[in-house]
Amino acid sequence: MSVSEFFHMGGYALYVWSSYGLTTVVMIALYLFAKRDQQQIKQQIARRVARSGSET
Amino acid sequence: MNPVRKKRLLLIGLMVGGVSITTMLMLNAFQSNVMFFFSPTQVAAGEAPVGHNFRVGGLVKTGSVTRENGSLTVQFIVTDGDKSLPIYYAGILPDLFREGQGIIAKGKLDDTGRFTASEVLAKHDENYMPPEVADALKKSGKWKEGQTSMPEGMY
Amino acid sequence: MFAWFFRLGSPKHVYRIAGRFLPWTGGLFLLLLISGLYYSFSAPPDYQQGESYRIIFVHVPAAWMSMFIYMVMALAGGVGLVWKMKMADMVASAAAPIGAAFTLLALVTGSFWGKPMWGTWWVWDARLTSELILLFLYLGFIALQAAIEDTRTAARAGAILALVGVINIPIIHYSVEWWYTLHQPATITKMDTPSIHISMLIPLLLMAGAFKVFFAHVLLIRTRTEILRREQKTGWVQELFKK
Repeated sequence: MSVSEFFHMGGYALYVWSSYGLTTVVMIALYLFAKRDQQQIKQQIARRVARSGSET
Repeated sequence: MNPVRKKRLLLIGLMVGGVSITTMLMLNAFQSNVMFFFSPTQVAAGEAPVGHNFRVGGLVKTGSVTRENGSLTVQFIVTDGDKSLPIYYAGILPDLFREGQGIIAKGKLDDTGRFTASEVLAKHDENYMPPEVADALKKSGKWKEGQTSMPEGMY
Repeated sequence: MFAWFFRLGSPKHVYRIAGRFLPWTGGLFLLLLISGLYYSFSAPPDYQQGESYRIIFVHVPAAWMSMFIYMVMALAGGVGLVWKMKMADMVASAAAPIGAAFTLLALVTGSFWGKPMWGTWWVWDARLTSELILLFLYLGFIALQAAIEDTRTAARAGAILALVGVINIPIIHYSVEWWYTLHQPATITKMDTPSIHISMLIPLLLMAGAFKVFFAHVLLIRTRTEILRREQKTGWVQELFKK
């Protein structure tokens, strides 16, 4: 299979690559959102701990 | 029984009830959809309504597909093995549409008994294999008849 | 035996164990994904559908995950409801958005497959409709949890919704047998007569494995986040963030 044949997908390029592309986007988004949420809560706790630490 | 528990039980009861009703409505909808499906035999027996949309399904008869020159209009025959029905359709056919394939057509029957489809859908089966394997199966006679699925009804 | 069960109920313990699993799930996912993608595109074309059938390698694993994650969510919700285990509630909340995303993927990739093959993006047949209802169940669960402020009430309400909705799972699975659907019957569950060629079965199973490990990985991250959120005022979390 040549490179152009590969991308052409027997005429179904639009459907096949849209499916794989969307899957990629959704999975990356799931991962990044999970990471972002965790980063946010970690920063929040770190700030609070630092504040209470400086008070005592 | 204390009031909190009573309230909780009522809430659960309501949710179960709601889901059951939704499910029943769903099943009912599927059931009535099946009723609007007619086989070519039923159409031949005059069971299908005239002038109203319904679905008809069967296998595309081999050698029956003819295309009018210079237009998108196709004519083909669907058969359920017993009776057959000619179908007229102007539009783009799905890629799986081919002779011997199971299809569903939605459309109307006119006074002259001519069925004009507004939509043609192809049904495929759950078998996946490389072309060479399919050819080998056919050659060795191990190809199951009716491998391409025969729609008995739809939706 | 019981010590093991009680440790699973301890957020501190789970936070630590989950953190230790992460590199392994991450690595295994990449391994399965790369080999799965390689075989997905080196497998021969289908005798009827040509190259378009390759959508199966993302569509079917996504659809399997949509049901599997729902079962995980309902089971965790049920455990939280019966044994008042907070850890289980957190797992249920962490799983819901992942499940909703995979359900959406299954629906949309199915649509991309249905258009060229069946000739339509969507039909209201039993399989497609019940999968759409699954998406609504996930969204209902997420909305319910977001709407109720009290964590324990939210967990309880969500668990009840999840458990009632479990009825939809066998409906999705058997819809292609119970009703006449445009969607074809299951390919894999008939163990006696494999109806998919081995060269196509291998990438399908590899991709399914990759999706499952991906779910485990993201679930671990989200569960740890949930633990931090709900336990942020406890001593052990504070201790964790002291230098």
